[in-house]
Amino acid sequence: MVRYFTRLRMRRIYKWGGRPYIFDRKLKSYGFEYLNMSVEGQEAVTTVTPGQYILIEGNDDEYPFVAKLLKFFGDESHKQKKALVQWFLRLSEVPQNKKLLLGRSPHPQEIFYYLGRACDNEINAESILGTVQHVPEDTPFPEPGTKDTLYVKLSWDTKAFNVLDPVLMQDTPASTPPKPALPLFPPCASPTATPVSRGPVRRALPTPDPTVMRRAGSVSDTRATMSAGKRSTLEAESIHSASKLSASKILSAKRRGSAADTPGVRKKLQLSPGKKMTRADVLCELLDEEMESEKVISLKLSSSVSHSLQHGCSLSPMRSGCKTPNGQRRFPWKLSSISLDRLSPTALGEQDLSRATTPSRRKESAMAIRKPALGVLAEEDSEDSPMQPIALTPRSKRKSAQLVSLRIRKQLNLLDNTQKLISDGDDDCFVPSKKDLQSSSDSEEETMVRKTRGRNGKASARTPCKTPSKKVCMVTPSTPRHATPSIPSRTVPARQPGNILEEARARLHVSSVPESLPCREQEFQDIYNFVESKVMDGTGGCMYISGVPGTGKTATIHEVIRCLQHASDMDEIPTFRFIEINGMKMTDPHQAYVQILQKLTDQKVTADHAAALLEKRFSNPAPKKETTVLLVDELDLLWTRKQNVMYNLFDWPTRRHARLVVLTIANTMDLPERIMINRVASRLGLTRMSFQPYSFKQLQQIITSRLNKVKAFEEDALQLVSRKVAALSGDARRCLDICRRATEICEHSTSHPSSAGLVRMNHVMEALDEMFSSSYITAIRCASLQEQLFLRAVIAEFRRLGLEEATFQQVFVQHRALSRVEGLQPISVSEGLAVCQRLGACRLLLLEASRLDMLQRVRLNVSQDDVLYALKAVRD
Amino acid sequence: MSKRKVKETHMPVGECISQVQMILRERFCHQRLPEKPVGMESQHKHLLELLRRTAVHGESNSVLIVGPRGSGKTMLLNCVLRELLEVKDVNKNVLPVHLNGLLQTDDRIALKEITRQLNLENVVGDKVFGSFAENLAFLLEALKKGDRSSSRPVLFILDEFDLFAHHKNQTLLYNLLDVSQSAQAPVAVIGLTCRLDVLELLEKRVKSRFSHRQIHLLSSLSFIQYLDNVRSQLSLPQDFPDTNFYDEWNDDQSVVDVLQRHYNSSKDFRSLHLLLMLALSRVSASKPAIKPTDLLEASRVCMVDSKANILHGLSILELCLIIAMKHLNDIYEGEPFNFQMVHNEFKKFLQRKSHSIHNFDKPVVIKAFEHLQQLELIKSMDSSTAKIQKEYQLMKLLLDHSQIMEALQKYPQCPTDVKQWAIVPVLET
Repeated sequence: MVRYFTRLRMRRIYKWGGRPYIFDRKLKSYGFEYLNMSVEGQEAVTTVTPGQYILIEGNDDEYPFVAKLLKFFGDESHKQKKALVQWFLRLSEVPQNKKLLLGRSPHPQEIFYYLGRACDNEINAESILGTVQHVPEDTPFPEPGTKDTLYVKLSWDTKAFNVLDPVLMQDTPASTPPKPALPLFPPCASPTATPVSRGPVRRALPTPDPTVMRRAGSVSDTRATMSAGKRSTLEAESIHSASKLSASKILSAKRRGSAADTPGVRKKLQLSPGKKMTRADVLCELLDEEMESEKVISLKLSSSVSHSLQHGCSLSPMRSGCKTPNGQRRFPWKLSSISLDRLSPTALGEQDLSRATTPSRRKESAMAIRKPALGVLAEEDSEDSPMQPIALTPRSKRKSAQLVSLRIRKQLNLLDNTQKLISDGDDDCFVPSKKDLQSSSDSEEETMVRKTRGRNGKASARTPCKTPSKKVCMVTPSTPRHATPSIPSRTVPARQPGNILEEARARLHVSSVPESLPCREQEFQDIYNFVESKVMDGTGGCMYISGVPGTGKTATIHEVIRCLQHASDMDEIPTFRFIEINGMKMTDPHQAYVQILQKLTDQKVTADHAAALLEKRFSNPAPKKETTVLLVDELDLLWTRKQNVMYNLFDWPTRRHARLVVLTIANTMDLPERIMINRVASRLGLTRMSFQPYSFKQLQQIITSRLNKVKAFEEDALQLVSRKVAALSGDARRCLDICRRATEICEHSTSHPSSAGLVRMNHVMEALDEMFSSSYITAIRCASLQEQLFLRAVIAEFRRLGLEEATFQQVFVQHRALSRVEGLQPISVSEGLAVCQRLGACRLLLLEASRLDMLQRVRLNVSQDDVLYALKAVRD
Repeated sequence: MSKRKVKETHMPVGECISQVQMILRERFCHQRLPEKPVGMESQHKHLLELLRRTAVHGESNSVLIVGPRGSGKTMLLNCVLRELLEVKDVNKNVLPVHLNGLLQTDDRIALKEITRQLNLENVVGDKVFGSFAENLAFLLEALKKGDRSSSRPVLFILDEFDLFAHHKNQTLLYNLLDVSQSAQAPVAVIGLTCRLDVLELLEKRVKSRFSHRQIHLLSSLSFIQYLDNVRSQLSLPQDFPDTNFYDEWNDDQSVVDVLQRHYNSSKDFRSLHLLLMLALSRVSASKPAIKPTDLLEASRVCMVDSKANILHGLSILELCLIIAMKHLNDIYEGEPFNFQMVHNEFKKFLQRKSHSIHNFDKPVVIKAFEHLQQLELIKSMDSSTAKIQKEYQLMKLLLDHSQIMEALQKYPQCPTDVKQWAIVPVLET
């Protein structure tokens, strides 16, 4: 689904809460107890206190960064608001190649305690989006349907996943004074600590002084380490957010069907350790006909209402405004996480129904019957879900859903007006549909917890069978948008090379990637150093590389990137993203934006919008950012009249926060001077490199290294090829093609392909002849008699006129005279024109448009000498 | 020289004739591929090997087949494809994509057509979804995902290859050739063109990616081979149902002369087929064999000068105007003339020499002049015709003197004074 991030950003207002409790003379910093967040134009306020888990604005709106808040501090003027955090990683932020270390399939909501010590743990407090719930390590995962709670089980130290040391979780928060009653340690070990009791505890904020003192110390500490180890900071950062994109895609795929595509989805915070019995669960169970759970659920449901009131306090989404069609904004700070998912219509449908029924029915079921709650739900599900793909959002349905949800919100709002300050529910209006049930049922009775957990395990095991079926429905032929680009695979695998010549041919094919790139060591080193230094420093820069075609420009850069990627795998340098675009592979220069953005974030947007998004991305600071290496091949094709594409490409690297390295390739050495206006050329800078055409020795070395001891060529033959090509163009592709052709000729020259020996001089000569000899002379020799005669007439007329051009009429007079001399029957004008047109089609002659008939002018496309030579040979 | 006699023992003549016509027409109209391409064995082998390697080994290739019009490029390729698809392994494995530069006039259309023929996933029915840019990205992505050993080789056949080189930036060619030179899905790019200078049309980057394999189809048939070909073209297949319907070859010098003349003019088979087709159409139940006169007549039809034919249909007045133009051409050495000059010349003739033709009104003459222009026997030299009066527009004659003289000779009942005037211009006194 195409996602357009068009929503207006609502301005969030941040205010320090409580009294500044410490004054660090050296750093002139104050510590603060809590932070009040509110959305402009709304009264409701969320309070964020240290110790809570928060979401931090990142590159990806859907998956904000997760961290645990350690403390707040700011400067005297209260203008700067900083926060100290302990980072948590999503799996998507773990480098792709390290993901396997996990050794199991990750839970989509799983996060990892980040142990890399150098990650910049000071953030701008104003990038906090809200809070999130987190569950300690030994809680089992719920089934993947629940998406508002995050789970920590392991820690990640940039090299390996480790079992999370509970002490760690305890330790870090140690500096945060008002550590909320339990969430973190002995997981749900203390079943006595009911969620109900937790709310109040958390609200008991006032910070004990001793901890404050400790924290002050820690502030300066972290600062010091930061400045000292800046490089490592950068490193860690980039590792942190590596390969975010791809993973987030996977995640979103899993979430599809509910609300995965809501851009502004934020995680809801839940306090209870073992809740998460979602409607999906219910459905799943139902499907599996495990009715034994009914009791549990109905109990759960009965208890859920009150609990949800306790702490479902939702933080209104900052960005909800523009997205919600109607009055949603008015209810931003609702209690209980009733949510409206607008993006996925199917989910909406479900939600709508469940919403409509649940509040009342739940109570009923709790009191009166046992079965009903589940039964009702189940019915809804079974009614609704099979039709999902078909019943795509009628508008009215959506509206009614909103109406219903509004009504419910109002009710709930009335019920609760004391809980506004509870900030642990960062549930926004767009939380996926499944949450509503979950949130209401999440605070179950302790006795239920264990049972539920047991079933959760089962449920999650079962889910996979459900998701694929959904996907199948979505990829119907009528939505080619989801089409995956692929060429059908063959039934019989391709045959492997059988003999030496075939082997040699496979190796000599331009497409085969050589083990190493000989003869470009210097260029390789230069580019490598350039990119490496930029990646290490976290800065940006441009480089311009020129050279005639076939001199290994693109290949060298790919080799450099391969090496650098290897180095980053070995943790020698920070990770980076490599993106490649090619001016020839797009229909319009402005498509460059689209392609870059798509490769960076997998979004598909229009060119203008992509330009805006990229502009934002490269000019705004982000807490964690990796370097992007952008290869722009065939730069000259990105030329536009205003040159704005080029300008942007070269301007972005100069931005402070861009961390963009741009490598550009084109053929001409003086391209910047020739086609770029000053402000573009100036930004491109002077880091230039030109690839010289290969000399014959280099070409020879290239072939030899490619053949890699496959003995198929005579030494002399190789030398002949490389000398010939070096003399003409120095194009390695041409050289390889000739060698390949020579092996074919060699193979055909003998009757049995197996008995073919080395490729010898004569084979190479033949291949060279084929490729280099002009075909004009042969063409003239093979032409019919009248055609040859016409050519002679053309030359005769040229000589007579002293010009290199004549009209057909003039030539035809000559032609008639010549045919009389030759003793041939003269041909008619129509025939003569036909002959002339045939020669023109082969481009032996250049003709004017044929509507000029006899007056069309005729020119030779071959030199007169060639024609005479060819004709003489014919006569002899 | 080729004569076919029919003896109706088993089948009635009419049926035999219709059979013969069916077989030969299929041959001449290129509806059926010949058993084996004639005179291009080495090229055939080269191309077959090349495509086989793509199909079997997944080796990417690019090749151009170059030859004059009617030299059998398409026929060769189709023969090779037919042979290739007979191989069991290959049959299900290759995806041929046929494009023609005359049909796919720009890359947008070409991309849609490729996507449609490959039946990628963004195709529903016959409709291709997405914009130009999306289609390109989609196709490239698809090709990129493939690899040598597992994806099906795609054969891109680009007829009128030179026209693709005129597309903007040569995007399509660059991308196809780039795929053929990189480790992506195996492709073979086969271009058919009659332009010998096709490589010069390619942009340097595109050119570098092309493998520079060219298969030239330049027929070097001698006249003897040409005659053999004619013979084989006219022979009936071995399994012709009526065995008594036999061929009798009879070397007739006049037929050899006709064929020699055709051979001199062009060696390609297409013009030969045209000639034989004309001869064949004269075969009927009452005249069941092709006689030398049939061929002579066919040859006459083929060789006839189209403009001379038009001249035969002109009125005397129009003919006179043409003669006047001829004289003007002689006087002014090919400089353009206008109506007024022609009219003056014509009036001179009427006053001094004409006995049979009387004066015409000027509007009538103008009408005749305009008719000549409509027939494109004369052509206006001015680009902006609107501003100048009709009488003074500069014109040029699109006829050769020999054509005029020939037409006059054949013109039925042409007055002798007009004929005379055509030879000797009216001199100024």
